[in-house]
Amino acid sequence: MQQLPAQNEKVSALTFFISSSRIALTSFGSPPFWARRELVERKRWLDDREFLEYMALGQLLPGPNVLNLLVMVGHRLAGWAGAVAAIAGFMGWPFLIVISLGMLHQRYGAIPMVHDAIVGMSAVAAGLLVATGVKMAMTLPRHWHPWLCGVLAFIGVGILRLPLVAVLGVLAPYSVYAAWKGKW
Amino acid sequence: MSDSSDLLVFFLHFLMLSFLAVGGFSAVLPEMHRFMVENHHWISSQDFAAAYAIAQLAPGPNAMYVTLLGWKAGGWAGAIAATVAMLAPVATITIWAARMHTRNPDAPFAQALRRGLAPVALGLFLAGAWILVNSINTGWHGYILTLVAIVVVLRTKLNPLWFLATGALAGMAGFV
Repeated sequence: MQQLPAQNEKVSALTFFISSSRIALTSFGSPPFWARRELVERKRWLDDREFLEYMALGQLLPGPNVLNLLVMVGHRLAGWAGAVAAIAGFMGWPFLIVISLGMLHQRYGAIPMVHDAIVGMSAVAAGLLVATGVKMAMTLPRHWHPWLCGVLAFIGVGILRLPLVAVLGVLAPYSVYAAWKGKW
Repeated sequence: MSDSSDLLVFFLHFLMLSFLAVGGFSAVLPEMHRFMVENHHWISSQDFAAAYAIAQLAPGPNAMYVTLLGWKAGGWAGAIAATVAMLAPVATITIWAARMHTRNPDAPFAQALRRGLAPVALGLFLAGAWILVNSINTGWHGYILTLVAIVVVLRTKLNPLWFLATGALAGMAGFV
């Protein structure tokens, strides 16, 4: 094995498959919330800073961000089998469930009560997502540089609705350059 | 979709889009709508919107709406084609990145990359959350529900499935 012991603990692919499945099956609305809960709080495979760094990579690679995160963490903990376990666990169940829901929707259409429950649940799910972001923000270094980059990214995409590629194209190189030069 | 050449066109187009889906699949949603609804008339605009809403209900990544679009347009073959297209960048780029990262996690440039990207990604993450909050909530009731959820999540260690159930009940009671 040329695998470096990035982490002292060795985790089996099956264990990681179960964790990925648990994250997938509880992830209503905000997968990052549940991924953080499982990986950082329950299993303690990562600390908060590592989680944020993997989230950042997962966000910037194409594809679902938490899937990217799980593939990288799975690979680190259990090698190739861990990466495959991440894909199977995190995508397999949702694949079957989403199609089942599509079938139910096709048959029963929109019942008003069901619709109202969904709206209420969505409002809470959005809150979970914001809270996860706030928790991750607590772990940023106490320095104006990273905070400025974070705030500019938020305003650019969230408020001004600028194209993602443009915002990333400007902020990412600058922020990486500043980190490389040891500005924080 | 009527035949296998349609399926191939669909697959190749989604394959291209998924490599562009940096920051999540919401980024390519407008392009998928143009391709499936306006150019090819594979599904109606209403079905497109419904697929998106239903996928948000299912557990798992938000990107599952892509699978459902494939299913609506082309049955099981369409669903599998859409999902395989969605996984292609993960199976190539991410696994490569994971390998580099596992082999040499402490290389100075890798560290600078992670440290530098972290705040930008966090800003984008919160921007996505902000857009979601605003697209779901049409009145102040919804915003209150969201705000309460944020505070409670930050203050307690309760399993958030309880909050989601409470939100569903509040919705059924006509609060939102």
